[in-house]
Amino acid sequence: MREVDRRSKHSRRVFLKGAATAVPVVAAATSVGVSIESAWADDASALSPATMKTLLKVARDIYPHDALGDSYYITAIKPWDGKAAKDPAIKALISDGIARLDQNARDRHKAPYAEVPWEADRVVLLKEIEQSDFFQKVRGDLVVSLYNQKEVWPRFGYEGSSAEHGGYINRGFADIDWLPKA
Amino acid sequence: MAKFDLNDSGVVVIVGSGAGGGTLGNELAQKGVKVVILEAGPRIENQDFVNDEWDSFAQLAWSDARTTSGTWRVARDFPNLPAWIVKAVGGSTVHWAGASLRFDEHEFKVKSTYGNIPGANLLDWPVTLAEMEPWYAKAENKMGVTRTNGIPGLPGNNNFKVLEAGAKKLGYKTVHTGNMAINSQPRDGRGSCQQIGFCFQGCKSGAKWSTLYTEIPKGEATGNLEVRPNSMVIKIEHDASGKVTGVVYADESGATQRQKARIVAVAGNSIESPRLLLNSASTMFPDGLANSSGQVSRNYMRHMTGSVYAVFEKSVHMYRGTTMAGIIRDEAANNPKRGFVGGYEMETLSIGLPFMAAFLNPGAWGRPFTSALDGYPRMAGMWLVGEDMPQETNRITLDPTVKDKFGLPVASVHFDDHPNDVAMRAHAYKQGAAVYDAVGATVTYPTPPYPSTHNLGTNRMSEKPRDGVVNKFGQTHDIKNLFVSDGSQFTSGAACNPTLTIVALAIRQADYIAGAMQKKEI
Repeated sequence: MREVDRRSKHSRRVFLKGAATAVPVVAAATSVGVSIESAWADDASALSPATMKTLLKVARDIYPHDALGDSYYITAIKPWDGKAAKDPAIKALISDGIARLDQNARDRHKAPYAEVPWEADRVVLLKEIEQSDFFQKVRGDLVVSLYNQKEVWPRFGYEGSSAEHGGYINRGFADIDWLPKA
Repeated sequence: MAKFDLNDSGVVVIVGSGAGGGTLGNELAQKGVKVVILEAGPRIENQDFVNDEWDSFAQLAWSDARTTSGTWRVARDFPNLPAWIVKAVGGSTVHWAGASLRFDEHEFKVKSTYGNIPGANLLDWPVTLAEMEPWYAKAENKMGVTRTNGIPGLPGNNNFKVLEAGAKKLGYKTVHTGNMAINSQPRDGRGSCQQIGFCFQGCKSGAKWSTLYTEIPKGEATGNLEVRPNSMVIKIEHDASGKVTGVVYADESGATQRQKARIVAVAGNSIESPRLLLNSASTMFPDGLANSSGQVSRNYMRHMTGSVYAVFEKSVHMYRGTTMAGIIRDEAANNPKRGFVGGYEMETLSIGLPFMAAFLNPGAWGRPFTSALDGYPRMAGMWLVGEDMPQETNRITLDPTVKDKFGLPVASVHFDDHPNDVAMRAHAYKQGAAVYDAVGATVTYPTPPYPSTHNLGTNRMSEKPRDGVVNKFGQTHDIKNLFVSDGSQFTSGAACNPTLTIVALAIRQADYIAGAMQKKEI
């Protein structure tokens, strides 16, 4: 059978501040001791970097795929900052939602949500707000913004558009080789 | 190409260009009848279709506002998307899978066969299978249905091979790659299937029959058919004698136009068709047009549906090739010993990763959900489609508050499963899982019904005017120059996919209309 190459072709650099200035950012980040991984969140204008980082954790906890690095989740949640910049109601929805999660986390675990160490504990916190508008909107958006990334598809063995490749008539539409003989 | 005057009162106006409207339009045009098809959506040719589920949805789907109520899960998960149908020239023949099956004899006689089922508004069709057979044959020939007219079946893809192996282990007998209106060899000026997948996103190669690139251009070539896209009909008008005189529609620019007509045929699918009849209410017809029976908009059917996806140890890549790649027919018969009347078909189905995430278990999250999606490349899938019970209370109403951009009430779709539907679905889930378990599935997932693709029954056929909206030719009992030409005519839903029957009825209706026009009856 023709298998799909599921290795990540993603460069982490594009998620740093502006892909074109990746090298200077790395240099700057190193020089001031800021971790490279968190630089993406500083891009946010309407939402605070802490909120964005917590949102990333929430996204991972809603749809945990251990084979996917943070970059895909960051791509999925970053648009919330732009939407929040345009619409105060969305800004409040996300900021207040995260603030409530953090408060619940502090009450229970004496740490903000993103610093609660175990996924199982964080999932309990999410369960508590499952019916909230915040959770519903974030989850409803994420189910498209995460799984509709073309870069994500090969990681799930999905090949996307096929017409430009002539379909699958010569590319394994009937190449299954492990079924028991009928 | 023909261009008819708005004041030409000799034309037949058809509302909608899908399986019913597109076919009727071409058939009438071939007989020399002047036809104007008013299609609410744009004209998008097949080279512009996209192999991308969400982009295609945005391009093709009917996304105008609708509301929902009832206990069906769609009302909770997709409250403004009761149906997944197409708003474009070609209607839902653009995104249909291509399965083209004839009704069984008993499926035209459900009241006589099933008897009194509490809560079900059963009625025999005013036509029989014997009467429909020649029209089915014409439809199969027109559409190039595989395993008819000497056309070979399509080759089975990976998803079918899993289904077939499981079915045989289980002892099922009628298992094959279906009767599909998809070319297995070049025919009728269209090429053969390239196993692209994405049948639901519009067939880019044109191997799958759609009125968009078969009936409509053929009709246009006669000089008797004009198709006006982006033309949303908002009202059917009538004169003091009660005969319809034309339609009011919003054109591309949003301006209101009035097209006169000798005959109006409504083919806007089973949600919009009754909505249009209801929104056309007048002093003479206060309950809507053709509604003396009170049955307009009632008996909404959507088939008992559900899916089973199964994950295996090794790869399947179900998305490669035709979406509906094969069928098991053994459960389609009426066998009340199973605990329900009617039957169901088991048909392979695949959806891409984006739609799998959206539809596998809407609203679900966390590890049980992501574990299922992690199995995507090793997944096989089938759709379960069976006869659901017509119920008077399952219906389309005019929403009391939500209005469209023309100020007209939108359609509100109410649906509750009948106990027979629930029993059938439970049986189908169990059998579907058994098929996959037989060939080593490590886990199976029963998947709830998607937004409706088979919308049926809201202007049903009946022998007696008091029982339904239209007669055996789709002519309304109340108004002789008003017809219904889509699946809303269905008296009952049968187990199988409806398109072939819609097309057969449209060919037959064209014959009847042309004859009646010639005899000056209408």
